[in-house]
Amino acid sequence: MAKAYTPGLTVSSRVRYRARRLLPLTGRITVKLGDRVKATDVVAQTDLEGDITPMKMSNLLSCAPRDVPGLLLKPVGSAIAKDEAIAQSKGIFGMMKVTVKATASGTIESASDSTGMVMIRGAAQPVQVRAFTSGRVVEVLGSEGAVVENDVALVQGIFGIGGEAYGPIAIACARPEERLEASSIRSEHAGCILVGGARMTIDAIRRAIELGVAAIVSGGIDDADLKALLGHDLGVAITGSEKVGITLVVTEGFGDITMAARTHALLASHAGHAASVNGATQIRAGVMRPEIVIPLADEASGDAHVGGGATAGELTIGTPVRVIRDPWFGALGTVAALPEPPAVLGSGSKARVLEVALADGQRVTVPRANVELIAG
Amino acid sequence: MQKDPSRIKVVVATDCGSTTTKAILIEFVDGVYRQTHRAEAPTTVEAPFADVTLGVANAVTELQELSGRRLVDDDGTILRRASLDAADGCDMYISTSSAGGGLQMMVAGVVKEMTAESAKRAALGAGAIVMDTIASNDRRRPHEQVQRIRELRPDMVLISGGTDGGDTKKVTELAELIAPAKPRPRFGGEYSLPIIFAGNRDARPAIERTFSTGGFDLKVVDNLRPTLEREHLGPARETIHDVFLEHVMAHAPGYDRLIAWADAPIMPTPGAVGDILQAIAKGRGINVVGVDIGGATTDVFSVFDGSFNRTVSANLGMSYSISNVCAEAGMESVLRWVHLDMDERELRNRVKNKMIRPTTIPQTHEALVFEQAVSREALRLAYVQHKAFATELKGVQQQRTVGDAFSQEESGRSLVSGMKLDLLVASGGVLSHAPRMEQTASMLIDAFEPEGFTELAKDSIFMMPHLGVLATVHERAAMEVFERDCLVMLGTCIAPAGTAVAGKPVMRWSARWEGGSAEGTLMAQEMRLLRIGERAQVEVTPERGFDVGGGPGVAVKREVRGGSVGLILDGRGRSLSVPGGAEGRRLVAAWAKALELYPD
Repeated sequence: MAKAYTPGLTVSSRVRYRARRLLPLTGRITVKLGDRVKATDVVAQTDLEGDITPMKMSNLLSCAPRDVPGLLLKPVGSAIAKDEAIAQSKGIFGMMKVTVKATASGTIESASDSTGMVMIRGAAQPVQVRAFTSGRVVEVLGSEGAVVENDVALVQGIFGIGGEAYGPIAIACARPEERLEASSIRSEHAGCILVGGARMTIDAIRRAIELGVAAIVSGGIDDADLKALLGHDLGVAITGSEKVGITLVVTEGFGDITMAARTHALLASHAGHAASVNGATQIRAGVMRPEIVIPLADEASGDAHVGGGATAGELTIGTPVRVIRDPWFGALGTVAALPEPPAVLGSGSKARVLEVALADGQRVTVPRANVELIAG
Repeated sequence: MQKDPSRIKVVVATDCGSTTTKAILIEFVDGVYRQTHRAEAPTTVEAPFADVTLGVANAVTELQELSGRRLVDDDGTILRRASLDAADGCDMYISTSSAGGGLQMMVAGVVKEMTAESAKRAALGAGAIVMDTIASNDRRRPHEQVQRIRELRPDMVLISGGTDGGDTKKVTELAELIAPAKPRPRFGGEYSLPIIFAGNRDARPAIERTFSTGGFDLKVVDNLRPTLEREHLGPARETIHDVFLEHVMAHAPGYDRLIAWADAPIMPTPGAVGDILQAIAKGRGINVVGVDIGGATTDVFSVFDGSFNRTVSANLGMSYSISNVCAEAGMESVLRWVHLDMDERELRNRVKNKMIRPTTIPQTHEALVFEQAVSREALRLAYVQHKAFATELKGVQQQRTVGDAFSQEESGRSLVSGMKLDLLVASGGVLSHAPRMEQTASMLIDAFEPEGFTELAKDSIFMMPHLGVLATVHERAAMEVFERDCLVMLGTCIAPAGTAVAGKPVMRWSARWEGGSAEGTLMAQEMRLLRIGERAQVEVTPERGFDVGGGPGVAVKREVRGGSVGLILDGRGRSLSVPGGAEGRRLVAAWAKALELYPD
């Protein structure tokens, strides 16, 4: 049976969603098995060890490294404040002593008699992990985190930037082919997850940031606009840590491209509902796609779903597909034929192909590698 | 236990890549070793399979179906032959691996240009990806270095610094920065992070004290730079391989079984490629450059006068990293290789769409031309990085005479020389799967700018990793397969080095081959392709100011190898400069026509 690559993008009106929420290292879990949580509730927290600030004390005191431990004014393990005297030289006959002040606050962690280096460990940095989606805690992962489960409407985008964001869904573009312009964004969209249609323009993004919109979800974005927003050309698709004041999710790709009608309709049907968005994208082994998660009010059963991931689906006549490479990039259609022998492409390469009946009535031949399944 | 090479007649070799496990069968046929069949299957390191041996068994099962020889036992393991007469099974199974992101290391040294660079060379040579190099003089403040160490999640750390008997303080300081930063290993909490110390032997007690607590697994080996004048990378490289097997592989799903199956230690894929290229360079007495361009990274290997170097350009690749190539090179540099009209805004979006959907392939002629233009820049940038890294040892005291005072050469000259290069080997999708071999040859010449006489070849099915491991246990078999089955000869490029001036001749040439001959004058900016079959006798006389290896203006007469492309005469001069705009487009179109890159 023929297979087609699909980035595993889910667009589903109901799915059993499990959010696996993990700390970067072990810590304290603040929820119990069976607890009901809200999306913004903290489920686990820990303290990351503070930053280390090294001080070349033997140089600062002009002494031998072996003398450093004896010249500290406070013993190793003591708390020290920035600019507080930390060490003092013996001086000459008790005169002309040099006093060195701490360059950071924290605890004196060590003083080396072989290198004369003193290490100050800064205050621990608390790290909290939120539930991300409302639901029930179905698993506690030792001291590393918890799994929160709920039935949700789920939309995975193809690419995003920015971290986790929360807010009610608001619709800015009534139709999926409508471009998201600045004029569509109003002050009542502050704090919302704003749904556009086709390409989001740079003016719209800037207006949304200005008004405090939590996130934008739209069909496409122009690469030149992304560059203008980030201040640099994005080299590799590993995102999520950008600090641009908003989270962006693109559902289809780069350029002028219409959001899939089904995706737009699903999001529009949840206007006003609370949702969570994560723009983090990682296109490498262990692929991660951005998500829009809308918890459903009732808890009827859905199909289990954990995360994204590239999958291969079966291609048969009539399977709905999207062409994902020029010259028909973004076009939707259905598989019309699956010829067995490889064909010579316009590029001169030989590859296995399929015929797609496009929505506009055209019938085109494309490499099998250049389509993705669009069934969610 | 090492097997008797004379009893090895059937070998199964696999390379477990991130996405595909490739298997080959090597058999002793009519007195020589040949690669007879190949097969592949998806790699099964990730969930839901989480066992690399499943993918290996699938690939070998396909090999079994293709060859008709039973290779997989009923229990799913690789079947061994009971005797040399037995029809089923193999005599040896070997493997390489780059699955799960390969081997990722952090290295540290006291002086960036000296011990840190030697440490980096050791790590890269062993097949690692170097995530960062920490050095006392790397211009970062200590707290910035500490912060960086905390962010990384390496498989292991290599520390060097100080010559034996020299200062111990600096390298101890380095260790004292690394230990409290507590770099966390990639494979989670219970794993003690291996630290390999290969620095000043007098610093060992202080280093041992520093790493005695905090969950480290310290291994001390000989100094990799015992004196400034000498690099001694062997022990550090071997320990990296050992730690890779003991720790990294042991934590990857199914590798304990794979290690048990294999008759030779499993090597990181790039380490094995480096080994086979070194063996070839040594065996034929030539200088070699090899390149493997992938979706995310580009590896460049070189052996010049016996010195081996490898670099990994982490974000230069043709799918995941395609956008980074365009960002680093600049769209203008990419587009200078394109002879067709293209809209830059549209191209930028296409590049990003390839990045987010990395498995697509060019369908149209325009898309192919653009993708090959990007590959020229990716290869060029990777080679620039390689040349800057593959240098003579820096910091070595030199005796200079009065005559040397006028030379601008310093220590640390690049070992890589376009003129000394004898063989350029290409591998990786965009080069191996180009619709025409002429395109592969053209990409290589444009990116690497070889000078004088250079043979061009490609490893079409990326067999070098398998042969690298095979060379460690059966060198003859590895060499025979390399020469007969691994390399597809493209041909030879003759490129006079010198500044080409439009309208002026560059060299006179004549060539005789079986069934034909030709002669002429090569003009500046001219490219010419001669279909010479397997071999030809050529004589070239460069114009004054041009050199083809014998010296400026000196004629050279020799035999050259042809191949599926033939003999390419490159009159564009070195270094290669391609003007922008309409003039550049006209030239690029003329070169494409001369080399028959895109016949109608």
